[in-house]
Amino acid sequence: MAASTAAASRRRSGAPPGEVRNRAMARSESLAGWAFVTPASVIILLFGAVPIVWSLVMSFQQNNLLSPHTPFVGLRNYRTLIHDPAVLSATEHTIVYTALFVPGTMIVGLFLAVAMNRQIRFINFYRTAAYATMAISTISEALVFIWLFDPSYGIVNYGFSLLGLPQQQFLNDPSQALFVVAVMTIWGWAGFAVVIYLAALQGVPRELTEAAAIDGAGRWATFRRITLPLLSPASLFLAVWLTINALQLFDEVYLSTQGGPLGATTVVVYYLYVQAFQNFSFGYASAIAYMLFIVILVVTAIQFRVGRRFTYYRS
Amino acid sequence: MSTVDLAKTAAAAPIRGVAGARRRRWKLPFSPWHLVLVPATIILIFPFFWMIVTSLETPSEALRFPPDLTPHVLRFTNYSDALKAAPFGRFFWNSAVVALTTVACNLVFCAAAGYAFARFRFLGRGALFVLIMITLMVPFQVTMIPQFLITKWIGVNLLAGAGIGHIGALIVPNAATAFGVFFLRQFFRTLPIEYEEAARVDGATRLTVLMKVVLPLSAPALATLAALTFLDSWNSFLWPLIAITSTSASTLPLGLATFQGAHATEWTLLMAGNVMSLAPMMLVFLLAQRYFVRSVASTGLTGT
Repeated sequence: MAASTAAASRRRSGAPPGEVRNRAMARSESLAGWAFVTPASVIILLFGAVPIVWSLVMSFQQNNLLSPHTPFVGLRNYRTLIHDPAVLSATEHTIVYTALFVPGTMIVGLFLAVAMNRQIRFINFYRTAAYATMAISTISEALVFIWLFDPSYGIVNYGFSLLGLPQQQFLNDPSQALFVVAVMTIWGWAGFAVVIYLAALQGVPRELTEAAAIDGAGRWATFRRITLPLLSPASLFLAVWLTINALQLFDEVYLSTQGGPLGATTVVVYYLYVQAFQNFSFGYASAIAYMLFIVILVVTAIQFRVGRRFTYYRS
Repeated sequence: MSTVDLAKTAAAAPIRGVAGARRRRWKLPFSPWHLVLVPATIILIFPFFWMIVTSLETPSEALRFPPDLTPHVLRFTNYSDALKAAPFGRFFWNSAVVALTTVACNLVFCAAAGYAFARFRFLGRGALFVLIMITLMVPFQVTMIPQFLITKWIGVNLLAGAGIGHIGALIVPNAATAFGVFFLRQFFRTLPIEYEEAARVDGATRLTVLMKVVLPLSAPALATLAALTFLDSWNSFLWPLIAITSTSASTLPLGLATFQGAHATEWTLLMAGNVMSLAPMMLVFLLAQRYFVRSVASTGLTGT
């Protein structure tokens, strides 16, 4: 039955048998391909790709939900954005925060990973303590830190009093709030940095550090000249990844300060959230989001470009 | 010259000897790294410890200054009071349903798509893949407003008002991710194709090959994707904050944030709520620590 149909179609098309089978197989492969990719693609395109275009369109519109009309206003949202003092200060806060958070997390992570990269007693306990910070949500983390740093009853101020230091206002003080946010997020990301650096340290071949030691290099020189360069791919990854996350800081600010005091912790994404979901200025918020996107792209590209010069890849 | 050199070495030798002897004399009975790791671990654990201590104190104990490092009486009623003030059981249930459904959907959809991108040749494959990869680069803040509008539209028009405000709004937009498709595609490409070809020759369909040959070989990659998706979904905050408006549909982070807003300075209550919110995830994490750590480490390796 099947053979006779195949023979019939062969007679009709006049093609050699192998080619017909190949074409039929290609068609079935194409069908199968589309059947396999369709569910994931529909979701990713509908909730990921369409919004990219849509928010770009919105950034050229006056769209504030209150009126049904959304006229195109050209570059007006972008012009407003450049002259908006709130955007400028939000950008400043984001830069200061990123400059504190990224190196802070990398140094803490590297230090802990080096200390934990050895088989001593209780090492699994020490490592688990660092890893555990990965399981805590940003909201839980922020909630416990506002209690630790409470100006009146917090344990940190108690510690300060034991050391004879003056009592601080922490999250209530505009000049300190961003530092406290940086401290809590560094704590929250420490486990992640430790995991990345520990994995990289375990890839450092022992022959190299031993050879350096035989050649008379001290521990510090070995670390500085051998280990650190071998860790540079992990460092580059962490720098890029942490920066992308730092530029998108939101959760901790939302819970601990709501952008205050006096706007001192209003970072870009928090300002964007306020514009979009409290003022319902979707057009303006979309313009801010696109500015953020471009900044992230540029910063990441620079990091890879500069990083490549300092990154040492084996093989 | 040579005599000076000799004298130098002669002088240096005893000093080195003394230093060596001193080091030997002061040698600790344990690794000196403990001196670094013990304080570091105390700092890492302290927030957890203090959260639990506060959650077991009376309100007046919590507001004592200087604080007591240990509570006098263990006051477990803080927990029942917190449960009365906010439905943490409901939050937990919502978080669990959202996270588990999201993980299951991602495994199915991303495996199917990743396999097709890895092995099949079909019209439009390259273009579609590039499109998906582009969404991977764009931060969530760019897409969140249209995503909100689309989700709302679907809920109002297709699901009779269920969409926004319903926990489905947390699942559907994340049911497949570009990262998952990319990650599994990369993994599938490392598998030897001979097994799949042999199964095909034996008459297996493509779906059977995926289910019976490819997926069993991909357990580590699937576990990694599951762990990362689970952590992401469980801890996500900004999207639930936008998409969910009712307490009954809140997840743990959102419910906890609302709870904090309503009980701003009731620290014993807040910390009891906080302990309840993070305990389930902490338990899962500690039990499956090795898998979580390996998964997170692998993101670093794919990144470099």
